[in-house]
Amino acid sequence: MRDWKAIRARYEPVIGLEVHAQLKTATKIFCACPNRFGDEPNTHVCPVCLGLPGSLPVLSRQAVSLAMRAALATHCTIQTTSIFARKNYFYPDLPKGYQISQYERPLATEGYVEIPANEGFRRIRVQRIHIEEDAGKLLHEGFAWSNDKSGIDFNRTGVPLIEIVTAPDIRTSEEAHEYLAALRATLVYAEVSDGNMEEGSLRCDANVSVRRSGEAALGTRTEIKNLNSIRNVARAIEHEISRQVALIESGGDVVQETRLWNADRGETVSMRSKEEAHDYRYFPEPDLPPLLVDPEWIESARRSLPELPSDRRRRFIEHYGIPAYDAGVLTLSREVADYFEEAARASGNPKAASNWVMTDVLRKLKEDTRPLSACPVSPGRLTEMICLIDDGVISGKIAKDVFEKMWSTGAPAGMIVECEELTQVTDASAIEAVIAEIVGAHADQVAVYRNGKKAALGWFVGQVMRKTQGKANPRLVNELLRKALDG
Amino acid sequence: MTDLWRLNAREISEKVRKREVSAVEVMRAHLSRIEKLEPRIDAFLHVNEHALSRARSIDSAVSRGSVDLPLAGVPAAIKDVLHVANMPTTCASKILRNYVPPFTATCVARLERAGAIILGKTNMDEFAMGSSTENSGYKPTRNPWSAAHVPGGSSGGSAAAVAAQMAPIALGTDTGGSIRQPAAFCGVVGIKPTYGRVSRYGLVAFASSLDQAGPFARTVQDAAVVLAAISGRDDHDATSVERRFPDAHAETDGDARGLRVGVPWEFLKRGVDAGVMTSFREALDQLQACGALLRDVSLPHLAHAVATYYIVATAEASSNLARYDGVRYGRRAEGATDLDQMYGETRDRGFGAEVKRRIILGTFVLSSGYYDAYYLRAQKVRALIRRDFEAAFESCDVIATPTTPSPAFKIGEKTDDPLKMYLEDVFTVPANLAGLPGLSIPCGLSAGLPVGLQLMSRWFDESMLLRAGHAFERLTEHHLRRPPL
Repeated sequence: MRDWKAIRARYEPVIGLEVHAQLKTATKIFCACPNRFGDEPNTHVCPVCLGLPGSLPVLSRQAVSLAMRAALATHCTIQTTSIFARKNYFYPDLPKGYQISQYERPLATEGYVEIPANEGFRRIRVQRIHIEEDAGKLLHEGFAWSNDKSGIDFNRTGVPLIEIVTAPDIRTSEEAHEYLAALRATLVYAEVSDGNMEEGSLRCDANVSVRRSGEAALGTRTEIKNLNSIRNVARAIEHEISRQVALIESGGDVVQETRLWNADRGETVSMRSKEEAHDYRYFPEPDLPPLLVDPEWIESARRSLPELPSDRRRRFIEHYGIPAYDAGVLTLSREVADYFEEAARASGNPKAASNWVMTDVLRKLKEDTRPLSACPVSPGRLTEMICLIDDGVISGKIAKDVFEKMWSTGAPAGMIVECEELTQVTDASAIEAVIAEIVGAHADQVAVYRNGKKAALGWFVGQVMRKTQGKANPRLVNELLRKALDG
Repeated sequence: MTDLWRLNAREISEKVRKREVSAVEVMRAHLSRIEKLEPRIDAFLHVNEHALSRARSIDSAVSRGSVDLPLAGVPAAIKDVLHVANMPTTCASKILRNYVPPFTATCVARLERAGAIILGKTNMDEFAMGSSTENSGYKPTRNPWSAAHVPGGSSGGSAAAVAAQMAPIALGTDTGGSIRQPAAFCGVVGIKPTYGRVSRYGLVAFASSLDQAGPFARTVQDAAVVLAAISGRDDHDATSVERRFPDAHAETDGDARGLRVGVPWEFLKRGVDAGVMTSFREALDQLQACGALLRDVSLPHLAHAVATYYIVATAEASSNLARYDGVRYGRRAEGATDLDQMYGETRDRGFGAEVKRRIILGTFVLSSGYYDAYYLRAQKVRALIRRDFEAAFESCDVIATPTTPSPAFKIGEKTDDPLKMYLEDVFTVPANLAGLPGLSIPCGLSAGLPVGLQLMSRWFDESMLLRAGHAFERLTEHHLRRPPL
């Protein structure tokens, strides 16, 4: 096998993503049925979403408002006139035989999403955002007659969606991952969508092509569908890049086609070729007048937007002086950012707050698989603990144990420190007594230190800390040890 | 009184409200009229078995003092493309045999709220595609004036029912002339309202941007009462609008003095039957005699109207009819082994030849590579036709044409020549393409068959049509002629 890495490096992948996000509206987009996931099949249906003869769609204003928020949050220009169109194809989950979507005149165009890059941020351009309706869901198993029949659940039919289409700006699977994480965070922040890929409220298709580095023309692309997690999007893209490079390297041609990602087998498989592609026969939807949005409506959507992750990240870096990476992690979720900010403000020590949230709070939540809303340590409690450290009452090391106990018992840090007598020893004479004892008992180590191996100091620190059950103030221990050893 | 079926809607409503006759008596008279004539006419696909009990409840409402019912106890026939809950809607198609909709069309519900009683569902060309009612998947309807002739279409059953006095009023739908043309063929009044005037909710779509429901009646005033009842914005139809529609009676009190009548002579030069042209000219003379001013108007793009119409209408139809796939309702072809086969056989067996022809045509004009040349260009011509009308209405109040180039043709005469059939619509499709209101009113006979005068007016100016139509009725007796049954 030749050096695969070197071969791949000769190619530049070009990736564009199409993301479908369900809007968090109270009702479906064209009827009054509730927009709710997870209920018994076909309990949220009516003549309109079932596409019964004689029914007509009526557009939900809330869906438009949420779509506009998504557009503003991704810095798009909202078109004051957009047009609904019918996308025609036959499938049992599509009761009208067409999907109401937008085609030539989408709601919003030309925005961007920022992703972290080497030095700061990079913009992935958003070409368009349009509004459309979701289809139903085929059920193939789980009922008495599933062996010879399939069922259709129409609860999802007519749930409002937006489709967010990027320019072919993405170059690596990591960037695709970053883009999706940033977009999801934005949509969730803006309360447009709950962004749950597993439940299908956020779905992603990827267009992937490769070209020799330095070439201007784009290679033939494939479209990959069935990507149900951010991780799988990155995996599928990675696999598809390799497949295309290998194909070209072996003298073959990439075929324009739609491919399906199989997560279990970790590969994409051909679904339909360009020749088999549908001719959707788009034309303007005659049942809906053009969607006109006036400046006031756009303004009210803008006013309803909270501070968005990219802005918040920038503010965290500037205002709290925390590293860009930390700011990125902390702002991925609005709740985490709120949590951090409360602790940072109250403690007056943003750096400590950031470290504790990043390394301890988020880790514990992940271990327990609980959401932040069920976090046993509130920002106030964390603040109290940070203050105990900053005031020298406990050491950072002891604080780790205190945090564990706060997590398991829910008790405040002060109470734990008191009950367990964990207060730091800052009494110099008490520490000096311990030092004297250790120095006296280990003449050999003292000799090593005095012969120039200053690193041996660490060994003495460890001994003192062990003797004091970690309660000795580390700064004081260091200081007093040097004094004793250096003479 | 045994011949209550002779009364028109205003008379019935007045007598019922004054309790001179009961709604039950009126209904009985119409039901026995149907029993007697239906074997000869075949206007109905379904007769409402609850009509009498509904008549009883109207009578009791009236006796409790409900007088605010402009159509109290008036029997109404409904084209089988409009839903009445718990009554079958087949659109005269086999694919919807036994389909029972769960809701009532807004226009039908409004008619009922005005006191009307649904008599039944009337025959039509399948999915409203046709001009003769011969395309019904169940049976042809006969013209009450001559059993050998078609009643027109697609609302042939509604027109025939009103002409044969089986119903004083009826609802039809008009996509390219489907109310006005059968009204002309059967010698009754028919109105296609301005697009958006009447809600389309519960109207099974053929071509959504052209479809409008409207009334059939034997007098302009009756048609006006029905139109007033069914009009208005509906929250279930985003294309419906609220436009003032003054009191239906006041609307029709005017005369023709000073009325500017535009006639597009260039458009009438060829292909119009001599008898039809004679009646049309007489009608213009009569209008002029009572004070109307005739104007020559130019509508240059009307030459392309039929071609434009058959692109727009079939394109929309190909999409609207995609839902009849046998998956959720209607008839599914049995024995298919895969999905495509199920779709194919269901639609092959369920749809008639004309419906298939239009679905194929519409699919073609929307196809990638052809869209610009056909659909897009048709939309541009449509805009030009609209502009022609805008310009023409600067110099006139109504535009007059014959409703059809010739009177009713014989059953079977045009079934082998779809193009000839499509040309039936030459004078009626322009109003649909432009969204304008149009009225057809009887204006004479040609070889014993009725001839219709079509009047079109500005958008939402149905008042002008009603005024002109009523003035014409006061001058003439065409609307009093009845078929020899």
